[in-house]
Order: sequence, then C-alpha cells, then structure tokens
Amino acid sequence: MSDNRESTTTGEMPQALSWPERFRELATQARDERLKSFYEAGCVGPETPMKDVAFVGLDFETTGLDPNKHSIVSIGVVPFTLDRVQLGGARHWLVKPQLPLHQTSITIHGITHTDIDKAPDLDDVLGEVLGSLAGRIPVVHYRSIERPFLNVALKWRIGQEIEFPVIDTMAIEAHLHPDRQPNWWQKLRGQQPVSIRLTDSRLRYGLPHYPPHNALVDALASAELLMAQIQHHFSPETRIGDLWL
Amino acid sequence: MQAELIEIRNHLAQHSPFDEMPEETLDKIVSSIEVAYFRAGTEVLKFGESNAYLHYIRSGAVEMYRRSGELYNRLGEGEIFGQYGLLMSKTVRFPVTAIEDSLIYLIPDEIFQYLWQTDENFTDFVEVEDRSRLRSALSRREKSNQPMTARVTRLISREPVTAPNTVRLQEAARIMTEKGVSALLLMDESGDNARLSGIITDRDLRTRALSEALPSETPISEIMTDQLITTSSNSFIFEAMLTMLHNNVHHLPVMEGDRIRGVIALSDIVKHESQSSLYLVSNIYQQQDIKGLKRLSKEVPNTFVRMVREDANSHMIGSAMAGIGRSFSQRLLELGEEKLGPPPIPYCFMALGSMARDEQLVVTDQDNAMVLDDSFDPAQHDEYFLALAKFVSDGLAECGYAYCTGDIMATNQKWRQPLRVWKEYFADWTENPKAEALLNSNIFFDLDGIHGRTEYTEELKAFIAEKASNSQRFLAMLARNALNRTPPLGFFRTFVMEESGKQAKTINLKRRGTAPVSDLIRVHSLACGSKAQNTFNRLKAIGKTRLIPEDGVDNLRDAFEFIAIVRIRHQALAIEAGRQPDNNVRPEDLSPFERSHLKDAFQVVSQAQKFLKFRYNAQVGRNV
Repeated sequence: MSDNRESTTTGEMPQALSWPERFRELATQARDERLKSFYEAGCVGPETPMKDVAFVGLDFETTGLDPNKHSIVSIGVVPFTLDRVQLGGARHWLVKPQLPLHQTSITIHGITHTDIDKAPDLDDVLGEVLGSLAGRIPVVHYRSIERPFLNVALKWRIGQEIEFPVIDTMAIEAHLHPDRQPNWWQKLRGQQPVSIRLTDSRLRYGLPHYPPHNALVDALASAELLMAQIQHHFSPETRIGDLWL
Repeated sequence: MQAELIEIRNHLAQHSPFDEMPEETLDKIVSSIEVAYFRAGTEVLKFGESNAYLHYIRSGAVEMYRRSGELYNRLGEGEIFGQYGLLMSKTVRFPVTAIEDSLIYLIPDEIFQYLWQTDENFTDFVEVEDRSRLRSALSRREKSNQPMTARVTRLISREPVTAPNTVRLQEAARIMTEKGVSALLLMDESGDNARLSGIITDRDLRTRALSEALPSETPISEIMTDQLITTSSNSFIFEAMLTMLHNNVHHLPVMEGDRIRGVIALSDIVKHESQSSLYLVSNIYQQQDIKGLKRLSKEVPNTFVRMVREDANSHMIGSAMAGIGRSFSQRLLELGEEKLGPPPIPYCFMALGSMARDEQLVVTDQDNAMVLDDSFDPAQHDEYFLALAKFVSDGLAECGYAYCTGDIMATNQKWRQPLRVWKEYFADWTENPKAEALLNSNIFFDLDGIHGRTEYTEELKAFIAEKASNSQRFLAMLARNALNRTPPLGFFRTFVMEESGKQAKTINLKRRGTAPVSDLIRVHSLACGSKAQNTFNRLKAIGKTRLIPEDGVDNLRDAFEFIAIVRIRHQALAIEAGRQPDNNVRPEDLSPFERSHLKDAFQVVSQAQKFLKFRYNAQVGRNV
C-alpha cells in the first residue's frame, strides 16, 4: 500500500525522503515553536516493527467533508501500542469552528451551541494537540479528514502546513476486501456489499458497538480496530513502512 | 476521566461488582483502564506468569483452566478474571485463553487493591475463597431478616404458672382461670427438687374432661399430657414454631436445663410474626371431609410464597411445608379411622423422602408407607389397612400431593407390612447391598412416623443407624449411587456449563443441586450412626465426628442452603406469575449474584462428591 500515495495538498510527504529524515528537515524549517517541537519528537523509521511503535488513535468531528470549506469541531486522541490502549492518556477538545453565516444554526452531533460558544479556538489548544501526537504515529479511519483538516487549519493560523504519516484502518479494510461490491450473481442471491465503515469493520473482529460521532470514542474505536487487524491479518513484526500512508 | 468515555463507565456500571459503585469510583477505574485485544485461540494469561491486572471482558469470551488442564470456568461479557492471582502471589493461578475474539479492559493492581480495601461489596465479590464468599452472601441475607433469628425467650412474658401434679381437676381449672393462662404446668414434688412432669391445656380440659364428664375430683395426673414436648431457651422462634407444627401442639414449655423459663403458646408466635403456615395447619385439623381439605390445600402455594417474601431460610420453609403435608396426612388418617372404624391392630403411618427430611417444597408427590404391629394377619387385617391407605392416598392426591410414580405408597402391599418385615427389608438392603436395588430404596432411609405408633418408626431408625454404620459395603454402594447426579460447572451467558464444556439451556436445581447434597450427606450421616433425617441436622451430627474435614461441614451447609433458597425463590416467582412451579431454572432468570454464588456452591458439592468417593472407596462411572 505504500505506493498508493495521494497528492501533496493533503499534507502527505511530497518527496522520496524517508519520514524520519523529512521530520528532521521540517523541524529546522518550522517557525512556530509548537510545530517545531512536534517535528523534533521525531518519527520512527519504515523498518520499525509494528510492535515497537507508539501510536495515537486520532479522530476529528467536523462541520463537513471539505477541509477548505468546513471546520474542526472536536478532537479526540488516545495513545496506544499494539498490545495496550491507555485510557488514562485519552484527551478530548472542543474547538470553535469558523462557520460561514448561513451555517450558524448547524447542529453538530451532541454538541450544543453553548458548548461551541465557550470553546477555544484551535490555536489556543494547538500546543496540547500537537503534544499528544508528538513521537507517535496517528491512526485514523479514513485518512482524508484528520490530516487535511489539520493542515488547512495550521495554514490559516500559523501560515505553515503540517506533514506526517498516518495509518488508515479503513484503507486496510479496503485492501482486505478488494471485491467489496457483490457481482451480479451475488447480488441476485441477496449478498450485501462489505462495508468498511468503522462500526461495521469493528463487528468483523468481535469488537463492541460504540455510539458513533464522538471524536474520542471514534479515536478509541480506530485504535482497537488496528490492534485487531494486526492480530488477524498481519503480525507484530510487520514493518510500519508497509502500512503507513 | 474524560467525560467522553462515559460509554465505558456505563458498561462497567451494568455488571457486578461495579454496579454498586459510586460514579467517582467508576471514573477512577475508567481512567486507569488499559484495553487489550485477543484473537480467538490466543492465550490471555499463562500459568505461573506474573499478572498485575484485573481483567474485565468487554466483548468476547474466555475459558479458565485448572493447572491440570481441566476446564474451570467459561466467562463472557461483563465478567472478570485474574483476581485470584492478584490476591495471592501476583502470578497466574488459572491460565486463560480467549475462545472468541475478545476485547479486555485491564484494571491495574493498584486500583484493584484500592477497591479491595475500600469497597466491601467488591471484596466479597472477588474474595479468593469461594466458600467465604458464599458464607458472606448468606449472612448478609440473615442480617436483613431479624425476626427469623429471634430467640423464644423474647416471647415469654411471665413466670411459669405451675401446680403440683397431685391437684384435682377442679383445682387445676380454678388456677388456670385465676391466673388467666391457657396451659398449666404440673410438677412432681415427690423428690428433693420439683420436676416438670406434665402439662394440661384448655383444649385438654374440653376434650378430655368435659366431653367425658369426668368428676371434678379426678386426679389431674390422669388426664395431663406426660409425654412432654419442650423447647430449649436458646432455640429460635422459628424452631419452636417448627416443633409445634411437627407435633401438633399449641403450648411449649421453654426449658433452661432442668429449669422452666416459661411457656409459649401458638398464639404468641402468631402475634410475633404472622406465620400463616400455623393458621393453615390449625385449620387443617378443623376440616371434616376431603372436600374441605382440598379447598384448604389451595392455600398452600400462597403460604409458601409468603414465607419466601418474608425471607425465611430453606430450613424454615422446608419444615413448614413438610409440617403442612404431615398435617394433611394426619387429618386424612383421622378421617379415615372415623369412616372405617378404629384400626384392628396398632400401626404407624410413615412419611418418606423430603417430607421425612423436613425439606418439602410445593412441587412434590406423596411417598409413604405403613408399619403394622407384628400381630398382623393379612387375611384378618389387611383389608382394613389397604382401605385406609387408599383413603389417605386418594385424599392426598386430591390435595395436590401427586401419586408416587415409583409406587412408594402404603397402598402398595410391599410397603404395608409389619415391623419385623420392615426390619428384614432394611437388613437385606444393608447386608446384601446391590446398587440397582439401593437406588430405588434410597428414599426409605429418610423416614418419619407421623401417625399412630410412631415408636415403630423410631425403632426402625435405630435399627438402620446400627446396621448401616457397620456395613462398609453398603456405605460404599450408597456413596456410589450418591455420585450419579453431579452439579454443573457453572454458567456462561444463557447456558449451563458442564465440566465437559458442553452447554445446556436449563438446570434442574433439584436433580443437579439439592439432591446430590442430601444424597451425600445421607451417606455420611448413616456412617456415623446418626438417626437424624433433616439434612441440616444430619450435618450437625456429622460435625460432631471426624468423618469429614472440619470446614467441610460449614461449606456444605452454606452450599445446600444457597442452592435450596434459589430453587425456592424460583418456585415462588413462578407461583406469583401464575405459572406451574418446577425445578428447571434458565440461567437468564438468575441474577449475577445468584449465578456467581451458585457456581461457588456447585464447586463445594463437586469437591464433597470427590471426597465421598475417596472416603467410601466408591467406584463409579459418572453419568448425569
């Protein structure tokens, strides 16, 4: 999957440098101290076995799907390794979204307007957020949200972009189920397409149902899903370079 | 705790022992949790490895094994494991393997120790020794149940009213009227110390003196009751009640050694705790025909339910139900004798099985027999006794006591025999024991005389006690039979778990629970020459010997009580819901508390069975 890279505008690595080298380079270029410390914490090399990697489950709730039009509403993180998720390190932030006028009455899952009014701007908590990601590989379900949204948010606030590798549990599911859509014969027999959504993917591994639409719970859900995927389809010795994107 | 993790807190809060914890404690736990995932088939805990976590199953299932590799338990969502090691040596005592993909919440030792020291309920739940957990579960019930543990002395409101046993009828009646008592104690003052020698009650005056028009100068010793039934001053009120039920008397002298503390009357007890079973029994004796008895028998289930609601223990309920059953039988025998005329020769009507053990419940059939005087001549007498037996048996069936499917009833000629034949039966069973034959005659080793010459039954009890304790072969055979029915391993989700790993939908709590216990206790009891019939009383007798290890007696008593009370509650719930009560319980109908304690109880029974096998050298092929 390592060759399946997307465009540079989403914050992915633009060149053939390895991630540890790229981090060192970006650390020297960073003007914002918070961003600088993030890069200085470094990144593991692509040969590192999964069992030795520090991960962080990461999830954003946003006002929409387009990082250029929509905003981050909440952020959930939970640190983990392949054998343990540390609930004690779990964090959750509400941040004030930059809403266009016509969207001021939008309802965001379980979050009230009072909550939003009181919430800080992302800039106020950026140090804490980046601190919780530093030295860890973020694990997300569907990579086109967290990294691009954070990238755009930083561009607007500190005038610099951010790059980092992620593990996408949805991409792993997609890879495991290349023929998700039933063919005409299977359709005829009532076969349903294989869903790679977070909740449905978890069911395949005997993971419990969690109520959706909470950034922290979803971060935890992705973390648990990765642990299960590795035990079922990969190995603790699998190189992280084979899985990150 | 991050408020967003409330989902995890809520899950914990739905399961014992977390369900009784305050939110702050749960938050503390959630913040400490580490989550681990185990694919089906992987080992979660290896024997002897160190373990510093209490494990909570969020999803999936695991199996625990003994060191020998034998299955110890199967656990599912919301259940915990790993506590044994934490309390002992921080090493794994029971290895654990995931049998389904499992998500496990790990609670660190530090939090575990904190909970163990601060939360009594948690401590009870995870206690290493299954036994002590069972004990504390029972004692917690008893605490909430004060009236049932009050002593008889609480009911004594005045000094005993006595008179010399030399007084005349008129004088006795005058004293009773003057002092306003319904019973007068009569003292033998011929020796140095006055000694209680009899009692006379209002009812005696009516039935024995007035109705017979006895002269007022009749010596009281001619009509007083001299076969005294008394109770000791340290007995419980419920025990006194049972004594009254058992013997159908309404007054009990309370003795402290030789000294009389007072007299308690049935009415005192009724006032004290509205025991409806006593009303029912006294009503039974007022019925004039089977129709009346049948009508009254409809009240039996309600009485049963009321006792369960009042939190009576299994001994009280079993004795009360047996007392009621005995009263129906006794009244039917009286009615039968009225109809057929007085018996041509003396006889004793015996109750067998659960009624004799004072362990009767609502779902029961009749097991009875007749011991006739040795002067019995079939040609001359049997027509009468057959007719009487049939009258009683049919009457009992009318009153809800189904005919015995094994035909163990006095209507069966084989079980309507003179005393000497009964002795031959018992001699044969004990001296030439055959496993098959013994299986069917087990029930005869629980016997109680309920009408007529009850001393015949007492003679048989003594005969059995002596024969049985001297026959190792008989005991080995009886022990072997007692191992036929085994308890299950425990529960898993909505299933009953067998030791083989197989699962069943329901468990018969009589066949797999109380019966195996009363069976194995009967063996020990006969071995130590006891004449006790009730399982608890037999245990007391066994406890005085060195037949089984010291704590074995207490463990068995607790296990028996717990299984019995769950069975009783299950039947009471069925009655209240308008269903036919039975002994089959579905695991989903049990509370988590009942499930975990039943498992402990089953384990006690299982170990007691292993000991029985070893102690009496009983060779068996186990079959359920």
